[in-house]
Amino acid sequence: MAAAPKSSEKKIRVLIAKPGLDGHDRGAKVVARALRDGGCEVIYTGIRQTPEMIAEAALQEDVDVVGLSILSGAHLELFPRVVDELKKRGIGTDDVLLFCGGIIPEEDSKALNTLGFKAVFRPGTNTQDIVKFVYEHAAS
Amino acid sequence: MEVRVPVTEIVDRFLAGDRRALARIISRVENETPEGRDYLRDIFPHSGKAHIIGVTGGAGAGKSTLTGALASEYRNRGKTVGIVAVDPSSPFTQGAILGDRIRMQSLALDPGVFVRSMASRGALGGLAPSIADVVAVMDSFGFDYVIIETVGAGQDEVEIAGTALTTLLVNNPGTGDDIQAMKAGIIEIADVLIVNKADHPGADILVSQLQALLALAPAGSRRPPILKTIAMKPEGLEKVADAIDDHRRWLDESGELEKHRMSNARHQVVAAARAILLQRIQRNTSAEELDELVRQVAGRTLDPHTAAEALADSVRG
Repeated sequence: MAAAPKSSEKKIRVLIAKPGLDGHDRGAKVVARALRDGGCEVIYTGIRQTPEMIAEAALQEDVDVVGLSILSGAHLELFPRVVDELKKRGIGTDDVLLFCGGIIPEEDSKALNTLGFKAVFRPGTNTQDIVKFVYEHAAS
Repeated sequence: MEVRVPVTEIVDRFLAGDRRALARIISRVENETPEGRDYLRDIFPHSGKAHIIGVTGGAGAGKSTLTGALASEYRNRGKTVGIVAVDPSSPFTQGAILGDRIRMQSLALDPGVFVRSMASRGALGGLAPSIADVVAVMDSFGFDYVIIETVGAGQDEVEIAGTALTTLLVNNPGTGDDIQAMKAGIIEIADVLIVNKADHPGADILVSQLQALLALAPAGSRRPPILKTIAMKPEGLEKVADAIDDHRRWLDESGELEKHRMSNARHQVVAAARAILLQRIQRNTSAEELDELVRQVAGRTLDPHTAAEALADSVRG
């Protein structure tokens, strides 16, 4: 019965968060909106989140995906702490799909991949590529 | 009642206070999976202890900020709080932006608070399809208070009163005259009326309009208190928390609590039965069969009710 709306069908839940002190959240909002338009339920936490706050929100919201946006250059400081805080709460990089975006130099990609981030999106990325990535990789 | 041994390890962890188990069980229950039903069956007997508060009002009235501030007030009183915040799903893509946490940052790391965002997933009335079940899960976990924050509601989204025990209606100055308020069925479900953003012009006028409106209520009905708040600061939340506790006492003493519980339970049973029937119809009807009925109705050779009877007949088998 294809025509009936399936209200209870499993939705992909995504947390979009901005760790650290930079207040530029345009990118995070554009990505959140694109994922919403792609049919995801997106929890947006707002700016200036500590790694603890992000991990706690991921736990309480039981998200499938965590996307971090950063423009301050502190990603190699802050992202490992987010991963640690997630692990402290029993959430490993196999349990949740991690991706990040923002002003992140190419040469840092490898370190971020090793940390568990499956993708790094930079300025100019087509938002549809991010939606596609989430649908292809999110554990169901 | 016979004590059932919980069938799964996750329920054990839940009952021992594990927050990740709580989060995962909410997901299963929200998605109405078979496991979710099993968990709920084991957990449900532990519910019924929390006081359930509904916070409703228009979009931008300050519901999230007020919910956060009220939770902080309860934390100051040594109480624990579970929050279920509902935001709308897109009717076109079924996606949603759930942004209520933004207004509750000060609670982010408080171990006595748990905030869960839910999308409305097509439900009308300002809530989500499985809200009552998710609230029962939060209640069973042992929070003293569970606060439900609805989607921005206008004039007749009154579903919340069928789930909460105390309903707060958040109003703002400058959002319409007293006839707007008189029209609104939503006023009739309020146990506590809040005039938020009370530092904005027109707050006192709104308070007197609400007072005048309540004076028109039938004699003998309980008059909800009208309280001014500035949730951003926060100001006025002690009085709100006191008013909620007063209302709870009144529910207990007047016998209304029992009536409330009965009618909420009736509502839940009927809603669940409706959902099960719909699922069975969906299982027993192929897309082609439905398409054929739809074609006949669109072509005016069959009326919609007879078509629906044919669908319903499919489950009698």
